[in-house]
Amino acid sequence: MNWEAVIGVEIHVRLKSEYKLFCSDRAVFGGEPNTHICPVCIGLPGALPVLNSEIVDLALRTALAFGCTIHFESVWARKSYFYPDLPKGYQITQFEHPLATKGSVTFPGSKGDTSVKIRRVHIEEDAGKLLHDRVPRASAIDLNRAGTALVEIVTEPDLRTAADVRLFLGELKQTLEYVGASNCNMEEGDLRVDANVSVRRSGSPRLGNKTEIKNVNSFSGVERALSLEIARQIATLEAGSVVGQQTLRWDDHREELRKMRSKEESHDYRYFPEPDLSPVRVTQEQVTTVLESLPELPRVRCSRFKKVYELRDYDAEVLTQSAANADYFEELVGIHIDPQVAAKWVVGPLQGLMNQRRENAQTVPVRPAQIAALIGLIERGVVSESAAKSVLVILAQEGGSPSDIIEARGLMQEQDIGQLTSWVTEVLAKRSEEVARYRGGESKILGYLVGQVMQSSGGTADPRLARDLLIKQLRNE
Amino acid sequence: MSLQDKVLSSSEVLNFGGSGFRSLDDIKELEGGREGLNAFLAVAEPEDLEACGQGPLEGVMVALKDNICTKRLPTTCGSRILKGYRSPYEATVVRRLRRAGALIAGKTNLDEFGMGSSTENSAFGPTLNPVDRSLVPGGSSGGSAAAVAAGYVRMALGSDTGGSVRQPAAFCGVVGIKPTYGRISRYGLIAFASSLDQIGTIGATVLEASLLLEVVSGHDTRDSTSAEKPVPRYRDAAVQGIEGMVVGIPTEYFPEQLDPPVRALLDDACERLVAAGAEVRPVSLPHTEFAIPCYYVLATAEASSNLARYDGVRFGARLPAEGLDRMYELTRGNFGAEVKRRIMLGTYVLSSGYYDAYYGTAQRTRASIAHDFTAAFNEVDVLFTPTSPTPAFPLGERVLDPVAMYLSDVFTVTANLAGIPGLSVPIGTVGGLPLGGQLLGPWWGESHIIAAAGALEASYREDT
Repeated sequence: MNWEAVIGVEIHVRLKSEYKLFCSDRAVFGGEPNTHICPVCIGLPGALPVLNSEIVDLALRTALAFGCTIHFESVWARKSYFYPDLPKGYQITQFEHPLATKGSVTFPGSKGDTSVKIRRVHIEEDAGKLLHDRVPRASAIDLNRAGTALVEIVTEPDLRTAADVRLFLGELKQTLEYVGASNCNMEEGDLRVDANVSVRRSGSPRLGNKTEIKNVNSFSGVERALSLEIARQIATLEAGSVVGQQTLRWDDHREELRKMRSKEESHDYRYFPEPDLSPVRVTQEQVTTVLESLPELPRVRCSRFKKVYELRDYDAEVLTQSAANADYFEELVGIHIDPQVAAKWVVGPLQGLMNQRRENAQTVPVRPAQIAALIGLIERGVVSESAAKSVLVILAQEGGSPSDIIEARGLMQEQDIGQLTSWVTEVLAKRSEEVARYRGGESKILGYLVGQVMQSSGGTADPRLARDLLIKQLRNE
Repeated sequence: MSLQDKVLSSSEVLNFGGSGFRSLDDIKELEGGREGLNAFLAVAEPEDLEACGQGPLEGVMVALKDNICTKRLPTTCGSRILKGYRSPYEATVVRRLRRAGALIAGKTNLDEFGMGSSTENSAFGPTLNPVDRSLVPGGSSGGSAAAVAAGYVRMALGSDTGGSVRQPAAFCGVVGIKPTYGRISRYGLIAFASSLDQIGTIGATVLEASLLLEVVSGHDTRDSTSAEKPVPRYRDAAVQGIEGMVVGIPTEYFPEQLDPPVRALLDDACERLVAAGAEVRPVSLPHTEFAIPCYYVLATAEASSNLARYDGVRFGARLPAEGLDRMYELTRGNFGAEVKRRIMLGTYVLSSGYYDAYYGTAQRTRASIAHDFTAAFNEVDVLFTPTSPTPAFPLGERVLDPVAMYLSDVFTVTANLAGIPGLSVPIGTVGGLPLGGQLLGPWWGESHIIAAAGALEASYREDT
């Protein structure tokens, strides 16, 4: 009989807020240790938290993006434990009355569209960081991160495979970026994942004993950790043993799970309502405003792209992975570029350029109007597609108009039959082997020969004319 | 000009007592001498007296309970764990005092973190009652009350979580006001129990305590629980009179066990209220008997959490040790016995499995107590009660009996639980010891209780 895993995840998301949750310090990643701190976020005696209401809006965007029910009153609570990176000895979070509950995420899973229910979304403050490599034989504490704003998203145990967890997290991340709730920068720890996993016989309604995997900060790490843990649990059960409830910490370096000390997991957090803060009050008006300001979510946009622009699945999915790419594409379409052509350019050459320059569709210096002009020049036969790609690179480096660049660099498409014929003759003379294969019936080799002509011409040859001339010469001889 | 419309200048207020002001040197000499009370944990040096504004307290010395953060002077909370601690920032009330022209004379002794009713729980020794040095001054703001009663300063700030301003004011024969929760910013007041803590004022007279209240009250963006309510001229309320005021006498606050001389003074005070134009009628606050257990569950729960930050990691005392857990243990061993007891109690009542039975029940009880007051204030303007069942008790008498100590707060904790303002005003002496009468008002009803206290004070002044 088969085994089935039952997985639920908790994701801590750092919100894209300029300031910390309860004070006016800036929330900045990195920086000299302990330079973004104040009496409030380091928990000095007598200091009091004051809610930065901008953060409630970001949390609302998150909760509404997942279709959650918003609670008009949610209550802050203190979660108590001692640790040197937790300045007050308690974390301000939401416990009994979270900001939002009951949402869902649908994502393209390994077995088609899969839905995961969101149990709750709540706001909380982050802790500082222990630095173990700064001072010999001692740990140092950096409290720059202490008090920055997080939302915690908790799912129901609706996931069944490690691979699906990764796909789900991808969808979640994409949505968070889309709605502008978080930068989702994995290296900076913007997303941290805990997973609960148990294993049972497929189809059994009962849940097995679960274990908890803590604090993984890469999606591949989550997938690998879960795969290992699922395999371990199955082996344990098949050997007739019982899975013990425990908490495991993923060691990304060694790719292994390690059991946490039982002391570390036996916390009694002694939650109680935070007396220094009034409940968070949200109005229907506020919810409506946030809802109206939410962009079209990636899955909706993707299916619209397929339907309205008749894009291939692949193009539509790649384009909508980032809101900026999708916006760029729609700008091109808006200035009358054929959607297929626009998609080809954004997914292909533009994406290549952005990867090379480590930029995104918002920051890349080549703007849609310039690409549109370039595409127009290709369509009018002024420049070849391959030469146009070089023009794109130059546009990014130097700016200006595509036609000026083409003229200045002599990148006009060559349509002169005499000139083309000489390149064709030259290529055929050099590539006698390929010529023989073509004549032997391997007609596909023609494409290679066209490419050779393009190369000889420095990309300026009109490929259609070159192709016609090649065929003519190959047949004549 | 009728009495009701009287508007007082601050000089009229401040000259009222007539006993003049003392200098820092006077305070140091008095405290350092054989008659010293140990009321101050730190007295300012002349260079600590920062330039100040030209407000209603211009040039007036004010003492601060040592759980209010000051930059110039240490802030210890009467605890070894904060010995020598200097706050890098200043409490909102301190800024307001300086803006009003006040000079911060020094920091006064208290029960450690405000936990106690006698100022004997200070790590730096008890404060003595200036009326009789063998007695406690009350607590936890015993240092502030003693400093005002001894004439070191005319006014002082305290904090009141369960009676800590009103009870020492009563024991020392001065006036203490705990305003409505949210009236005075708690920013920079080191927390004991956040939902109950409120800074309060102590003055030699009703006018002085009221003027001080007027200066430090008002909304503060740094304290989410401070209210956006305009601040009335409380000093004027003190001389407004109480013609037509309805005063309720809650039967639960006059138990059989009250000593006859105490009861006689309370009855006499009621007659004075009537003579001043008030109507007195009995009322009932039926949940009063649950106040002490309710208070000690909620206050200790919040305290256990508020005091978690004293872990030796970032500030205050740290006892070096091998390993983190041991460092925590040794460092937090610096807390005194009463603080430890309350942290233990609070940790227990918040533990999973006990939370509902203790904390949950106490929260519901708190709502019932608050409702009692709401109902009563539909009938009457203010309530009159004893501040404490007895006058000041001897040093050492209740140190070993925490429950007896807790019961000295039986009449004061209800105001903190309900969030309402309360005030203690001297109503005569029993065997030479001052007794306090307590006036309670509805939320934001400070002016009413100040008016009633002012009328009583005027009546006693006429006796002499």
